[in-house]
Amino acid sequence: MILALVEHDKGTPEELSLEALAMARELATAEGDSLEAVAFGDEADALGDELGEYGVEAVHCVAHHHLERYAPDAWAESVVQLASEREAKTITAPGTDRGREVLARVGTSLDAPMATNCLAVDIADDGAYELRRNRWGGSLIEHARLDGEHKLLTAAEHEFPIEPAASPTEPSVSTFEPDVDDDLFAVQVDRVETGDEEGIPLGEARVVVGGGRGVGSAEDYDQLEELAELLGGTVGASRAAVNEGWRPHDDQVGQTGAKISPDIYIACGISGAVQHMVGCKGADTLLAINTDSEAAIVQKADWAVIGDLHEVVPELNEVLRDAA
Amino acid sequence: MKVLACIKRVPDTGAKIVLTEDEQRIDTSGLGFTMSPHEECAIEEAVAQVETHGGSAHVLTLGPPEADEQLRTGLAMQADEATLLETDEEEWSPRATADALADGIDRLDDEGFDLLLFGNESADAANYQVAVRVASELGYPCVTGIKDLEVEDGTAIAKREISGGEEVYEVDLPAVVTVKEGLNEPRYASMRAKMQARRQEIESVEPRAETRAGGLEKVRLEAPETDDSPAEILGEGSEAVPEIVEILAEEVEVV
Ligand SMILES: Cc1cc2nc3c(=O)[nH]c(=O)nc-3n(C[C@H](O)[C@H](O)[C@H](O)COP(=O)(O)OP(=O)(O)OC[C@H]3O[C@@H](n4cnc5c(N)ncnc54)[C@H](O)[C@@H]3O)c2cc1C
Ligand SMILES: Cc1cc2nc3c(=O)[nH]c(=O)nc-3n(C[C@H](O)[C@H](O)[C@H](O)COP(=O)(O)OP(=O)(O)OC[C@H]3O[C@@H](n4cnc5c(N)ncnc54)[C@H](O)[C@@H]3O)c2cc1C
Repeated sequence: MILALVEHDKGTPEELSLEALAMARELATAEGDSLEAVAFGDEADALGDELGEYGVEAVHCVAHHHLERYAPDAWAESVVQLASEREAKTITAPGTDRGREVLARVGTSLDAPMATNCLAVDIADDGAYELRRNRWGGSLIEHARLDGEHKLLTAAEHEFPIEPAASPTEPSVSTFEPDVDDDLFAVQVDRVETGDEEGIPLGEARVVVGGGRGVGSAEDYDQLEELAELLGGTVGASRAAVNEGWRPHDDQVGQTGAKISPDIYIACGISGAVQHMVGCKGADTLLAINTDSEAAIVQKADWAVIGDLHEVVPELNEVLRDAA
Repeated sequence: MKVLACIKRVPDTGAKIVLTEDEQRIDTSGLGFTMSPHEECAIEEAVAQVETHGGSAHVLTLGPPEADEQLRTGLAMQADEATLLETDEEEWSPRATADALADGIDRLDDEGFDLLLFGNESADAANYQVAVRVASELGYPCVTGIKDLEVEDGTAIAKREISGGEEVYEVDLPAVVTVKEGLNEPRYASMRAKMQARRQEIESVEPRAETRAGGLEKVRLEAPETDDSPAEILGEGSEAVPEIVEILAEEVEVV
């Protein structure tokens, strides 16, 4: 049996969980095995209907009087106990903070190997998995073998399409009561602090105007701010610009920053390092403004303007302002 | 307080990744080396916590002899001590890496560290698990993905971003914490600090790790196809502005 950890918001499964479920279903189909889901939290029992569409045969809702707040060790121990009861040999999780850290803890309990960021998984003749996974934030692919009594996998973001199963199921929904010691609650969410989001979050913006080292100073971002505003978008930055102290890290696009997927990314004074590009590969189109026609970003862009951003951007702003 | 930062030497790849003929590794000829930005923040945090609470900051890596370069970066950032678990060129699986680090940490220090900082994921392999495995072997609590950390009276108060806010953890020390870039602003090492770091002694220790059957084994690497069809050049300087406006209006439809 293949067991898939599903995160949800009051009974509605999260997108990345459905993607991981798609990976799990591919494996279940290939192995002729069944697919079951495990979920925590309020209203997990409402997941049955929707998960049936994706071929899940049973939904196990973990119930424990201490689990009203997230606790990774207790989650992991619950999954381990359920996997043992249901004889699950493969366990999958979404590629989220929680999915990855819970599965890593399952890995320590079961002394099992774990492959994260998976792009595709096949089954070799000897039962091992032959998989491809992302390295370097997706700018490099590793072909690997995953072998062991238990195998743990997380899916890379947006690689497995969420499609209903050929034959939908009517999953059984049951409660699983794990036996977890108090010491497994040493790490537990104590409280949640809500932030005050200003403006459009980078990840959701339709237009992102990115500025790199070529912008030259914190003040010069005013021009990019204005362009972003005129286009109803938001400003991003390269790590070089963040390191200079011109922008906060929250604005950083890339491997160790935000992943963006706008309709257009306008990259100004950014050279196009792989670690930057993995953050904006979700952009539909890319316009580069760069003084150097040989810059890597010019190769990777759809359109490029060769020139000084300090000249091009204000001029562009003026035309857009007049047109508005 | 004794604080440890674990770091990993990786190539600084630039704009294009080129593989060796056998597809086993990145062709590093002509490349410099670095560490993950997350790990730079781990070093900064270790040093800053020691500046606040007293004690000492250590940096540790498992890697080839050349990884002393990254350890010296840590020393130049004012870490007090550095240790290299020196390996040959073989690939270590995440489990073997964690075994060797946990064993090394045990041997490094009798009293043990109060706070053990890791990157959330390494820059290259990004297996997201070494810290969790080390914590489990040492029997310490572990929180991951942290972008805000405070230590008060033997407790770490750690915050992780969630949609719409942050979730807050409070764990007793000793604890393992994995951090993300944005936690702090790593300091630039002064020229003088770099010179001093060059002369500092780095302890080299032979790593020990169990060999286990199975696991996660790299078969080969692949540089994914990228669309290298050159961009359409709209023009030079502001003469290109009318074309940009047209694209924004007609093709992308954002004006
Ligand atoms: C593990 C790791 C993770 C990383 N994560 C990230 C990440 O998340 N995000 C990120 O961005 N980087 C990341 N980096 C850093 C990355 O490798 C690059 O160093 C960085 O992206 C470079 O930023 P840049 O393009 O702004 O600067 P540069 O590479 O210095 O490029 C500046 C560009 O501006 C152009 N320019 C200069 N003046 C002008 C002008 N007046 N008008 C127009 N163009 C001009 C130049 O021609 C040049 O192309 C990471 C690195 C590592 C090792
Ligand atoms: C001699 C040697 C050769 C290697 N060759 C290759 C290679 O050719 N290609 C390749 O991709 N990988 C190579 N590795 C790396 C090895 O595959 C990984 O370090 C291991 O699988 C751990 O996974 P990770 O780096 O993804 O850790 P993650 O779990 O993603 O790392 C999380 C954090 O753990 C800490 N950490 C991870 N590794 C180390 C370490 N070595 N020392 C100290 N702290 C660490 C860091 O703080 C890191 O941010 C080699 C390692 C060694 C020692």
